[in-house]
Amino acid sequence: MSKIVEGLKYSESHEWVKVEGNVAIIGVSDFAQAEMGDITYVDMPEADDTVEAGEEFGALESVKASSELVCPVSGTVVEVNAELEDAPEKVNEDAYAAWIIKVEMSNPAELDALMDAAAYKAQIGE
Amino acid sequence: MSEVQIPLDQLQKTCLYPAHVALQAKMSPFAGFMMPIQYNSITVEHLAVRQKVGMFDVSHMGEIFLEGPQAEDFVNYIFTNEIRGFQPGKVLYGMMCYPDGGTVDDLLVYREYQPDHFLLVVNASNIEKDFAWIQEHAKGFDCKVINASPEWGQIALQGPLAEETLIKVLGYKAAASLGFYEFCDVLYNGERLILSRTGYTGEDGFELYTSNANIVDIWERFIAAGVQPCGLGCRDTLRFEAGLPLYGDELSPEISPVMAGLGMFCKYEKDFIGKEALLDQKAGNLSRKVVGIEIEDKAIPRAGYPVETPEGEEVGVVTTGYHSISLEKSICFALVDKACSALDTPLCVRIRKKVFPGKVVKKRFYQTNYKK
Repeated sequence: MSKIVEGLKYSESHEWVKVEGNVAIIGVSDFAQAEMGDITYVDMPEADDTVEAGEEFGALESVKASSELVCPVSGTVVEVNAELEDAPEKVNEDAYAAWIIKVEMSNPAELDALMDAAAYKAQIGE
Repeated sequence: MSEVQIPLDQLQKTCLYPAHVALQAKMSPFAGFMMPIQYNSITVEHLAVRQKVGMFDVSHMGEIFLEGPQAEDFVNYIFTNEIRGFQPGKVLYGMMCYPDGGTVDDLLVYREYQPDHFLLVVNASNIEKDFAWIQEHAKGFDCKVINASPEWGQIALQGPLAEETLIKVLGYKAAASLGFYEFCDVLYNGERLILSRTGYTGEDGFELYTSNANIVDIWERFIAAGVQPCGLGCRDTLRFEAGLPLYGDELSPEISPVMAGLGMFCKYEKDFIGKEALLDQKAGNLSRKVVGIEIEDKAIPRAGYPVETPEGEEVGVVTTGYHSISLEKSICFALVDKACSALDTPLCVRIRKKVFPGKVVKKRFYQTNYKK
């Protein structure tokens, strides 16, 4: 049974969002990391890149497969988690500590389309 | 890899399916079978085979037996490699080709100890196609063709400790005297067991063929002895590092053995289906070749990603790629224009939105450790 953290927002494609003011901190859920298996590479955008809600912003790579990361909100990337470049396994170790990017939101209303912990728990059938 | 989609309820199961479920393997459709992809981690299983020993359920593979006074002539007619003068107890790798040189399948041919008997071991995805192909071409030959695939199970025991483990668990001391690509027949519970020193990992090891009931029994004994069960996930990473092709990726009706760089398994002092086309390609008349490419990044080149020149011209496509577990490099096989296939040619792989520079390298990325 995978871990779900209360107070975060979740997307259907298994990203989580933590809101701090106008900044969305984005990672992937514990369910997603478990499905992927050993993560060997995190493909991330660069600071100042523009991202769109519903659009790919990077990818997780395991030995066998690659899985696109879909941005839950639109805005500008203000920071990427450079630690994951050399230690992608941190996503497996704690998916909620290993944030991937921080986005300055251009349309915070997009957050309303995301799920809360209970709804996400129902989506993954746990 | 192009996979024909088969409804889940029509997928076949090997005799070891219940064993995989009991081990909580991650199961997935492959070649029409429900197969274990991994038991715990592809990396752990990969390293077990490289450093110690691991075992695979490869019962999905096909076993086609040929027998009759003209069996040798017939095998030599459909097989690219040369089996005349090839002794009983030996195994030979090669392909079956279409008249245009495209590949029907790659396979192992066993010359049995019984005269005029051969065993052909073919890819699971091609069993029906191969059986039909063989039957069709056997018409002019005094040779019987038997597809015994459902009755035979197979375990591959692979790794530097494979010989020691096999002898310790099953007691077959004869294993020690087998060289690479040699086999012997033994009995297990009164039934035939083929002990073959072959594999698909780049390591020393054995492939054991016997009845389904025996396979289930042997699997349990290896598990009890602590042998790491390994799924198809690491089977692919292992064969890839060792430079071995996978039918559907590096060989196909569109990719001939010559294009795949496997010309050493085609012998032209005999007549066989596809010979003229392959000779023509060998003389330089071919447009594309399978090469190895190493890229200077951790990003992973996957099957289907475009290969480009440094100037941005698309010249090929990735067929298999990984961040290599043993070598810790990102490498791939790719089918590229012949003009770009020489070693050290600079080539780039487009991975999602970015282009990563690299160069053509030898396909055998990993130094194999076969028994001499």
